[in-house]
Amino acid sequence: MNYVLPLIITFLAGLLMLVSEFIPHKPFESLVSELEIWFMIISGFAIVLGQISLLKMNIFKIKYKSEGWKYCIVTLSAFFIMLLVGILWGTESQAGLLGGGERIIQSIGEKPFDYIFKYIYQHLMASMFSLLAFFIASAAYRAFIARTLESALLLVSAIIVMLGNTSVGTSMTSFLPQSLNFLHLPNISKFIMDYPNTAGQRAIIIGAGLGIIGSSLRVILGIERSWIGGKK
Amino acid sequence: MINLWTSVGIWLGALSTLAIWSFLYKDNPFYKIAEQIFVGVSAAYWLVYTIYNILIPNLFSKLIADPKGNWVYYIPGVLGLMMVLRVIPKFEKASFYPLSLLIGTTAGISLLRFLKSDVLAQTTATMLNPFANANIAVMIGQIIIIIGTITGLIYFYFSKKHQGFVGVNARIGIIFLMISFGASFGYTVMARISLLIGRLQFLFGDWLHLIK
Repeated sequence: MNYVLPLIITFLAGLLMLVSEFIPHKPFESLVSELEIWFMIISGFAIVLGQISLLKMNIFKIKYKSEGWKYCIVTLSAFFIMLLVGILWGTESQAGLLGGGERIIQSIGEKPFDYIFKYIYQHLMASMFSLLAFFIASAAYRAFIARTLESALLLVSAIIVMLGNTSVGTSMTSFLPQSLNFLHLPNISKFIMDYPNTAGQRAIIIGAGLGIIGSSLRVILGIERSWIGGKK
Repeated sequence: MINLWTSVGIWLGALSTLAIWSFLYKDNPFYKIAEQIFVGVSAAYWLVYTIYNILIPNLFSKLIADPKGNWVYYIPGVLGLMMVLRVIPKFEKASFYPLSLLIGTTAGISLLRFLKSDVLAQTTATMLNPFANANIAVMIGQIIIIIGTITGLIYFYFSKKHQGFVGVNARIGIIFLMISFGASFGYTVMARISLLIGRLQFLFGDWLHLIK
């Protein structure tokens, strides 16, 4: 019984979304718009659950002095400072418990929440992703060994696309006459992106789309039950 | 004249960048501290964003403004609290009810969205007449799209063994897929390099003032 009601709710919610697509009139239209708001609210609580889970994990690590527990203090401090400034002074578009934060804006130029976002969060995020530029180079070294026809194709298309988007690539084929314009690296790169790449991506998108439709149907019909522990 | 707080912010940004990049040498305490700050700030950012932009306007403000008129919102509120109860193992099963609503709605939305945008729209875009265009390059390109898409789909068809006619087409399909993966890889590299250039511009421009 524990699993029957959730499966019925899943079926009805999924069915309602499907039916409203084909009957866009009352009561389905209003029911779906109401369900979408409910969906947002519950998703909001799901995000809260995620943050509580993060806190719980870090607190346990500190409590039991697990490996690297000292770094958990940094995580918790960063979390609570950001949360506190967000709640007290609000964000750029929202007022906090202490109001609009006009005085603090006068002294530091913006609200503390936006200040941390702009000068710490954005820099950390950009640096973290830029770090991948170095690792992608070592991945490229492994991927770009043309052992088979497939890996040779991967190598050639990646190099052409990269060179075709740089000034170096443009200058490499700039000596070619106008009649051989189609052999200019930027043009070859554009051709690869527009046609063979589109074809490959389209096959992936259609295949993945069919897969998602199948999985969604399995979920709605209650065949796929892994989200409740896979119980029959 | 740069404001003191702006200077402090630029220094914080520069130190954060160097701390993250220190990982290139090896895993070290500076990187770990920067990583943990990123995790903490990121989690709090999304929590504050959720509170101000989702929970307050859709739930709390409605219940505070008119608790009787908006009684229906107590249901998602209670379901949301049941979702949070998942952190207590004893009450884990209570979260199945809000989860079922989320999963059912997501499945319904995904089914329709992917059917329309991914399957039907992409199939329609592939059903073109390649000979309708006078430009030979476009004509060849459109033939490539048709052949590439069909053979690519054959490659993803696993209900029949890839041999004979299916095998040949699957082999052609994989050629298109590899070209596509190569192009995507090239674009990813370009994007990461441009992020790296942005970071270097910040360090040498905004922080050290060595470049304009």
